[in-house]
Amino acid sequence: MFKLTRYILYDILRNKIIISYMVLLFLIAMGLFQLEANNDKALMGLLSVVLIVVPLISLIFTTIHYYNSYEFIELLLCQPQSRSKILWSEYFGTSISLLIAYLAGVGLPVLIYSGESTGLYLLICGAGLSLTFCALAFLVAVNFRDKAKGIGVSLLLWFYFAIIYDGLLLLVLFSLSDYPLEKLTFVFSGLNPIDLARIMVMLKMDIGALMGYTGALYKNFLGKETGILFISLLSMLWIVVPLFIAKRIFNKKDL
Amino acid sequence: MIRLEHIDKKYRKIQALDNINADFIAGQSISLIGPNGSGKTTLIKCILDLVRPDRGEILIHGKNNKVHPEYRSQIGYMPQIGRYPDHMKVGQLFSLLITLRQAAPESLDYELYEAYRLNTLMEQRMHSLSGGTRQKVSAALAFLFNPDILILDEPTAGLDPLAAELLKAKINKEKARNKLILITSHILSDLEDLITHVIYLQEGKLIFFKELSELQQETGELRLNKAIASVMKSRNPLFTGKEVEE
Repeated sequence: MFKLTRYILYDILRNKIIISYMVLLFLIAMGLFQLEANNDKALMGLLSVVLIVVPLISLIFTTIHYYNSYEFIELLLCQPQSRSKILWSEYFGTSISLLIAYLAGVGLPVLIYSGESTGLYLLICGAGLSLTFCALAFLVAVNFRDKAKGIGVSLLLWFYFAIIYDGLLLLVLFSLSDYPLEKLTFVFSGLNPIDLARIMVMLKMDIGALMGYTGALYKNFLGKETGILFISLLSMLWIVVPLFIAKRIFNKKDL
Repeated sequence: MIRLEHIDKKYRKIQALDNINADFIAGQSISLIGPNGSGKTTLIKCILDLVRPDRGEILIHGKNNKVHPEYRSQIGYMPQIGRYPDHMKVGQLFSLLITLRQAAPESLDYELYEAYRLNTLMEQRMHSLSGGTRQKVSAALAFLFNPDILILDEPTAGLDPLAAELLKAKINKEKARNKLILITSHILSDLEDLITHVIYLQEGKLIFFKELSELQQETGELRLNKAIASVMKSRNPLFTGKEVEE
């Protein structure tokens, strides 16, 4: 499995899209740090870029890559290897290459300009998002045989988590504003990995004005450290659960 | 070597395989023939465990293929279209598969590999290869591990005449070494001197599984394509069989 992962990783790292993704992140990060004298403000800007771009690229790249390696996966399945092993190798190969691109693109500027722990949290959150959305993309790709459908669903997922979700949440909160909503909001925030990542960095930064409703809730309910721990656990679930469902489907499906 | 027991497979409304029973033994070279969509590829994929039948069992060397993925070390498979990771070098592909199979170097069969002079391509990346060259790579890989069972899906499609002849010679050689060979092809003239048995599938049903000589006797035709055409005609009066005869 290790060797197979290495081969897949090696193959993807030579992919032009992964390289341009890395360069793009690097340029954005460098640009923000150069333009903004205050490093914390630059980090905030970088956070909003990361929250949008990382899920999008991770989802789309992974989905397309899966469909493009379909025949190769078939070839691997004709070797004496179990299906799970092959799916894990594909996942690790893809997700590690996305991680490397992210850590090189965003990590280097962050380490240069802001070596403090907030920058580190931004890196961890982005890495977590890469893994989560890579896992979600696998879930989508093993579900749909048709490439166009798969990519469409991936895009929809991104729209949902990055854009529609906030609107829906606001709508619910607004229409139910007569009731106490703390617990409900608490639950809702756990349903969106992008939200979780944002809250985590906000909690760490501890800037009250930027924390938002959910961030403040976490701080009040759990306190800063427990809040961060709780969010990390939830984010972990967002990686593991889609992956295991994807594995179950992959083990049963016809290729 | 391969035993199919009551294999059923349904894709939504289409019955792709309908109660297939067969027993393949070593030394047979079997061609799967049938109109498009008759279930040839599905049957092959069932044997490789790429497609899971709804009902029935496939036993390979007496073991159920669903439970024992190791059985695939006994199978060499050449797909219809071989696609490989774009940036992988040919040499890397070979060494990857050798590692995955954990094959001992002395057990490897480099005959086809050498015949196709693939050693000159080791440093090439897969995406720079032409379709035919990729087929050569697929063929060499199928034979590389000296498997007991060879499954070849349209093996000669896309190969140049010389390469196709080399492949056919290799298939005959392996047949003589008591291997089991399964071939699908629409180029019946290619199959004639390769096969010993014919399986005819139609709409997922196994219509017959006969020795080639028996089929020739029954239909009174020596050429395989004529024999098959006469079978098709007799099974379906509307079908003129012209396409096959030409």
